[in-house]
Amino acid sequence: MSPIALIFSLIFVLIPIVLSKTFNLGLEKDTAIAVVRSIIQLFVVGYVLKFVFDSESIIYIFLMVGVMIVAATLNARKKGAAIKGITWKIAVTLIFVEVLTQSILLGFNITPHTAQYIIPISGMMVGNGMVLAILFLNRFIAETEARQDQTELILSLGGTPKQAIHTQLITSIKASMIPTIESQKTIGLVQLPGMMSGQIIAGASPVQAVQFQLLVLFLLLTAASVTCVMLGFLSYRTMFNQRMQLVWGR
Amino acid sequence: MNSAIQFNNVHYAIDNQPILKNITGSFYEGEVTTLVGPSGAGKTTLLKLCNGLLSPNTGEIHINGKNIDDYDPVELRRYVGMALQSAPMIAGTVYKNLALPLDLQGQQLSKNQAADLLQDVGLGEEFLHRNSRELSGGQRQKVSIARTLVNRPEILLLDEITSSLDQVSQKEIEELIVKINRKFGVTIIWITHNLQQAITVGTYTWVMMAGEIIEEGKSDLLKSPKNEQVRQFVKGELE
Ligand SMILES: Nc1ncnc2c1ncn2[C@@H]1O[C@H](COP(=O)(O)OP(=O)(O)OP(=O)(O)O)[C@@H](O)[C@H]1O
Ligand SMILES: [Mg+2]
Repeated sequence: MSPIALIFSLIFVLIPIVLSKTFNLGLEKDTAIAVVRSIIQLFVVGYVLKFVFDSESIIYIFLMVGVMIVAATLNARKKGAAIKGITWKIAVTLIFVEVLTQSILLGFNITPHTAQYIIPISGMMVGNGMVLAILFLNRFIAETEARQDQTELILSLGGTPKQAIHTQLITSIKASMIPTIESQKTIGLVQLPGMMSGQIIAGASPVQAVQFQLLVLFLLLTAASVTCVMLGFLSYRTMFNQRMQLVWGR
Repeated sequence: MNSAIQFNNVHYAIDNQPILKNITGSFYEGEVTTLVGPSGAGKTTLLKLCNGLLSPNTGEIHINGKNIDDYDPVELRRYVGMALQSAPMIAGTVYKNLALPLDLQGQQLSKNQAADLLQDVGLGEEFLHRNSRELSGGQRQKVSIARTLVNRPEILLLDEITSSLDQVSQKEIEELIVKINRKFGVTIIWITHNLQQAITVGTYTWVMMAGEIIEEGKSDLLKSPKNEQVRQFVKGELE
């Protein structure tokens, strides 16, 4: 795409701003901020990626993935602020998801051992892990609050904290994974996945693009399930104290 | 008389807001003590201290002479059973709810045992396969009592277990609890809003208001309270 074409593409920014002004939606400012931020952020990332790819140094790969994990953790922890130690719990979970997926990808030679593959896939894993972590924490906190007397019931019958929170934990894990699974059922029927579209537009053969997209979908299933399960088991304990009392919300 | 549960200067607060103040007293072994008082007086909170669902901020609680903190929480809660005020049910059948206490220990409850329990609380065997969500408030209370009995607790904490029951069912449950008390020597602490019930089933009664014990003694005290506040409360409840 030529620079001129990119400038013309700003027409697509003007349309929502005009609509917002006309109908008093009050979204002009946010739209403008979003546009400016995405321009800056993506260009910066583009040049950083170019530098990292050219340098072929493993240190820069680690550094980039590290930055991704830190940013994702800081973003997700707001949702779980009520859970003690949530920051490191999210960080450990995201690191685990990243290490697990890359070990399998690289260990079985599924993808080439280059920054060009490692970084974008890491971005997808960490980004998706972050979204799943937010979905899960929202749901888990809501479930715990809504079913406080069930937790109390099981504790009072001599159940352990794990037994007392089990239903809420499983419900929340399931509920937060459903969107990932459901969206994969209809994939390709309504909308081509963004990454696949990108590859096709960039000139890759559709069949090759499909193969790579499938790999990504499978990876996302792993990222989703590992994130929810791991974060769930790391966080339920802090809702109870040593005396097996529910300290949540007190 | 031996104390089954003894409170020693117990204070309990949430966010520096005192809920229970300076509670000292004994629940006697093998006796039925009723606990009355206006809404928000702290009755439920007091019961939850007795089975370790909550811990006091200061003061001590002894169960059979042993500090409550020295008990394993799971053991304690099986020994001191509690029927919660809201009679919560887990999703599934009535049978699943009755089997829950044993299920938590990896054991099973036979259908016959479950049917016997239902009979004890005045429900027919056909209820076993009912979904717990379809139960009426009173039926839920009955299942909740039966479920609490599965662990065969030595001390039984009952939080308004007959509040949604009709007169006949209420009498049945009163008789059941009194029978359990007589036959097995189970110590019972029973919160009720029904002062008549507090007098009939109780040997001893505690009257609580605003987090304090205002008056305590033989249940007959409710017929002629010494304390003016209690007199007002009793008058209001009985009219
Ligand atoms: N988790 C909590 N957070 C804040 N306040 C609480 C909490 N639990 C209880 N309280 C407060 O403690 C006080 C005593 O509550 P408690 O449930 O023990 O009263 P109660 O005597 O059982 O009342 P009722 O007859 O209505 O059941 C109330 O003022 C209540 O608002
Ligand atoms: Mg209460």
